[in-house]
Amino acid sequence: MSATSSATSKAVDSPSSSSSPASTYLVLGKYEVVVGMEVHAQLLTRSKMFCRCSADYQGAPPNSHTCPVCLGMPGALPVANRAAVEATIKTGLALNCRIAETAVFARKNYHYPDLPKGYQISQYELPLCLDGWVAIDLPDGGSKRIRIRRAHLEEDTGKTTHVDGYSLVDLNRAGVPLMEIVTEADIASPDEAYAFLTKLRTLLRYLGVNSGDMEKGAMRCEPNISVRTPEMRERGEYGVKVEVKNLNSFRSVRNAIAYEAQRQAQILEQGGQVEQVNMGWDEQNQRTVLQRTKESAEDYRYFPEPDIPPLRVEEPWIQAIRATLPELPDAKRARYQEEWGLRRAEAEILTSEKRVADFFEAAVAAYGTAKGKPQRLANWITGELFRLLYAEGQGQDLRQIAGIPMKPEQLAQLLRLVDERVINPNTAKKVLERMVRTGENPQAIVEAEGLAMVSDTAQIDAAIDQVLAAHPEELARYRAGETKLLGFFMGQVMRALKGKADPGLARQRLQEKLQSEASSG
Amino acid sequence: MTESQTHTPLPDLTIHQALAGLERGDLTAVELTQAVLARIQAVEDQIQAYLRVTAEQALAQAEEADRRRQQGERAPLLGIPLAIKDVLVTEGVETTCGSKILQGFIPPYTATAVARLEEAGAILLGKTNTDEFAMGSSTENSAYQTTRNPWDLERVPGGSSGGSAAAVAAGEALGALGTDTGGSVRQPAALCGVVGLKPSYGRVSRYGLVAYGSSLDQIGPITQDVRDAALLLNVIAGHDPLDGTSLPEPVPDYTAALTGEVKGLRIGLPEEYFVAGIQPEVEAAVRAAVAHLESLGAEVLPISLPNTDKALPVYYLIAPAEASANLARYDGIRFGYSAGAENLFDNYRLTRGQGFGPEVKRRIMLGTYALSAGYYDAYYLKAQQVRTLIREDFQRAFQQVDVIAAPTSPTTAFRIGEKIDDPLAMILTDIFTTSANLAGICAISVPCGFDSQGLPIGLQLLGPALGEEAILRVAHAYEQSTDWHKRRAQLPTSAS
Amino acid sequence: MKLTVDEVKHVAELAKLALTEEEIQQFTEQLSAILDYAEQVQAVDTSAVPPTPYVLPLVNVLDEDRPRPSLPTDVALANAPDREDGYFRVRAVFEE
Repeated sequence: MSATSSATSKAVDSPSSSSSPASTYLVLGKYEVVVGMEVHAQLLTRSKMFCRCSADYQGAPPNSHTCPVCLGMPGALPVANRAAVEATIKTGLALNCRIAETAVFARKNYHYPDLPKGYQISQYELPLCLDGWVAIDLPDGGSKRIRIRRAHLEEDTGKTTHVDGYSLVDLNRAGVPLMEIVTEADIASPDEAYAFLTKLRTLLRYLGVNSGDMEKGAMRCEPNISVRTPEMRERGEYGVKVEVKNLNSFRSVRNAIAYEAQRQAQILEQGGQVEQVNMGWDEQNQRTVLQRTKESAEDYRYFPEPDIPPLRVEEPWIQAIRATLPELPDAKRARYQEEWGLRRAEAEILTSEKRVADFFEAAVAAYGTAKGKPQRLANWITGELFRLLYAEGQGQDLRQIAGIPMKPEQLAQLLRLVDERVINPNTAKKVLERMVRTGENPQAIVEAEGLAMVSDTAQIDAAIDQVLAAHPEELARYRAGETKLLGFFMGQVMRALKGKADPGLARQRLQEKLQSEASSG
Repeated sequence: MTESQTHTPLPDLTIHQALAGLERGDLTAVELTQAVLARIQAVEDQIQAYLRVTAEQALAQAEEADRRRQQGERAPLLGIPLAIKDVLVTEGVETTCGSKILQGFIPPYTATAVARLEEAGAILLGKTNTDEFAMGSSTENSAYQTTRNPWDLERVPGGSSGGSAAAVAAGEALGALGTDTGGSVRQPAALCGVVGLKPSYGRVSRYGLVAYGSSLDQIGPITQDVRDAALLLNVIAGHDPLDGTSLPEPVPDYTAALTGEVKGLRIGLPEEYFVAGIQPEVEAAVRAAVAHLESLGAEVLPISLPNTDKALPVYYLIAPAEASANLARYDGIRFGYSAGAENLFDNYRLTRGQGFGPEVKRRIMLGTYALSAGYYDAYYLKAQQVRTLIREDFQRAFQQVDVIAAPTSPTTAFRIGEKIDDPLAMILTDIFTTSANLAGICAISVPCGFDSQGLPIGLQLLGPALGEEAILRVAHAYEQSTDWHKRRAQLPTSAS
Repeated sequence: MKLTVDEVKHVAELAKLALTEEEIQQFTEQLSAILDYAEQVQAVDTSAVPPTPYVLPLVNVLDEDRPRPSLPTDVALANAPDREDGYFRVRAVFEE
């Protein structure tokens, strides 16, 4: 079976797929990969899900954010956090989900030291959000919908640390609100998984419901991976799926899927059978390893949580939450391209983080939307400003843009100084560097450092005369026809004027001088 | 002081009598508390109602109450010594739920209902014995002691609030809080000849009530008479933001319902409650009580609650299912007993295997089974469906009548040890009480006679959800026109 | 007998209860008797009856997202059978 034919019916899994045959990912030349993703995202509420202990536990001393409720003390009762419920509904709307009219919390029963009550309050039969989708971009320029099966609300567990035959239990995290998002098995390659997670993270950050910080455990991804032959697909069959845990970055997810698909395909190739197990990702050795299961017999005995009355989500509540939805990245990108004439590449990177988009939009508001202006700003932001952020900030996290002293309006002022020929673009880069560091106004920097462009013809002519006099040899070669030396003279003139010369004017005067020299000589 | 009160020993005063005495300055809270502590001292060896008596704290609270009263403060229960069932957590005072698994547990917080009593000026005498985690009908399932019925020390006080009921019956407290999941306030009240009220589900905050069956549990007062029950309910009822299942409806003054008037009230008599197995003297006393109410002007109507016989099996699926999760937290990690096994999961198994008594283990097993894969639909879900039918029975009935009259318990107090080895026989004692919990409605037990052996009989009056005023009114009118409630058990030793 | 000894053992494992052989025998009989008694519920036709997990008319009981003080750590840990440096301590989390 060829890749081409296997891709023909691929769209069955994802109705809106516009993927081309070329994009089908095959392992060992014939196995398709089928991935469903479970994502756990901590909600950015101030207090916990079922008690009002602070949810801001990162870095806090162990068990300092606990109370009778999240300690599972006898007699304590949970009361659900409105903000967490609304954040989940908001996410559901952004994920194109149907919001359930009735949602019910349920107890999921199992014993583990990080689970104080011996059950986790979750949602089971009646989750808040159902049947949504997220569109991801494919490398060929098309897009594909990854369907969302459900998104529900639950509570996080505590943390255990293993030390010398003992485990130390910290319950600060226990009860932090957690949203679980489950996709259909629509993801067909490691890259699609990467694209999906990137898109989902962008959305969650736009909504302000989750930090997207995987390394801090605020977002956790568990792919279910299986492989199958096109024949199996045609028969409507799936391979045995393996869940992979312990993934700390999107890159790990991508690598783990590639590795695991390869491993499963090899087993099948050798006539073996894939076992339904949980695997862990070994980051150091870049491979999946068999993981112990928490409980040998998983029978969670879910039943409706009697302590929490049901949620009834009626249309007015949904509308009120919908009204709080920000413009989402896809819509923003389209607007940047259509209204402001941005190129797709810049539009995409500027909308990848809401904070960047906010910065850009504030700068556009200050600078103007006349033709070419937003693109010029986009170039400065994605070029020079990002370079400075990466060089001076903590890693390649564009969200740092919100924390720099320079305000977007000041960037607009800087560009205006260039437009008004007060400074030249090279000087502007130097000024920008100082603005990013100090937050000073560009005018103030230009004045303080005397960076204003030299547009005085007499001053420029004097510098040209001086340069030509100092380089008789080059002048002779120029006259002999080596015209590319114009650049050399230009550089010398700019240097003589400490880089501040109006480059257009300087070039014009230089050319005139050289011509007159040539004619006079 | 009125003539009747001059002859009443202080510990045998009702709450409203004591409040009147305190108000007139006939007695002080310290005198009252000392007298009750002396009674405890005198009879507790035999009754064993308390797991813990907090005498020092009680006297300190009494002194404070007297000081406050002198300064002109008037809290509704200022200076009244009360007992608290040991399934309600009390900050700084050991709370065991009658279980070894919670031995030594000192809660860092106080149950809302108890905190409200304290705010109202009540004095806490201590924690009363209970069937382990309120699972039982005789208080014999306590891991610590067997409480005796003050009317006959060879007999059980009922359960699971047997400690509270026995304490009130023996004058070891002027009133007490119990909890009622399937009859645990009403049945011991009936067996001890006192008044026990189970409020509507959601009326009293469950925050700090150690959960047994979360959708059924309610805290209720156990008192000598109906007015006292109304006084306690006034204080403990009402919305609590810490309990998501607490109702926001305002709390009326329940004593205002005690008009003594039942003319025109419609009382339903469900024939399904007079079944084979009921002690004939109990049936006779209850029927006589209903006839008495009719003579007072109430209209008695035969009604039908066709699913009555399903209530007990439904209860014995739902309550254990909820309990199996509620009791999962006892794992020897954050509080309570730990077996100290070398391996984590062995420690779970051993801590729980050794820490829980047989009845608790039985119910955890039953509930776990009813929720487990393959059985959920047949047991748990089915039970919740039949529960709907039981609720609908009551909804239909309360369209016709204001209250329903029935026996509280099919028998008077049985002998200690009589049923303890037959779990099924034991649970059958709850046959008339569980349906009120399943339907979430309110019910009260009030003394309505004695059997030939001198053991008290209880009349149960059931009202619709938030119908407390109706049942209190009928119970009060009945009580005030009879004198069953005035009889006191003859105490084992010469009491003060 | 409604329940087998093996089922009782399986349920005991789900509930994390160590039972003695005697208890297993006893529970097999007693739980079977109770389940037999509960059997009468099975006879009721509930095909068109919704379950009642909640008796109250309440929905959307939600608290505002305003943090309140937690317990001091020493109070949170005060009842723990085993603790270390502000943590609850248990035997290592690995099974067998």
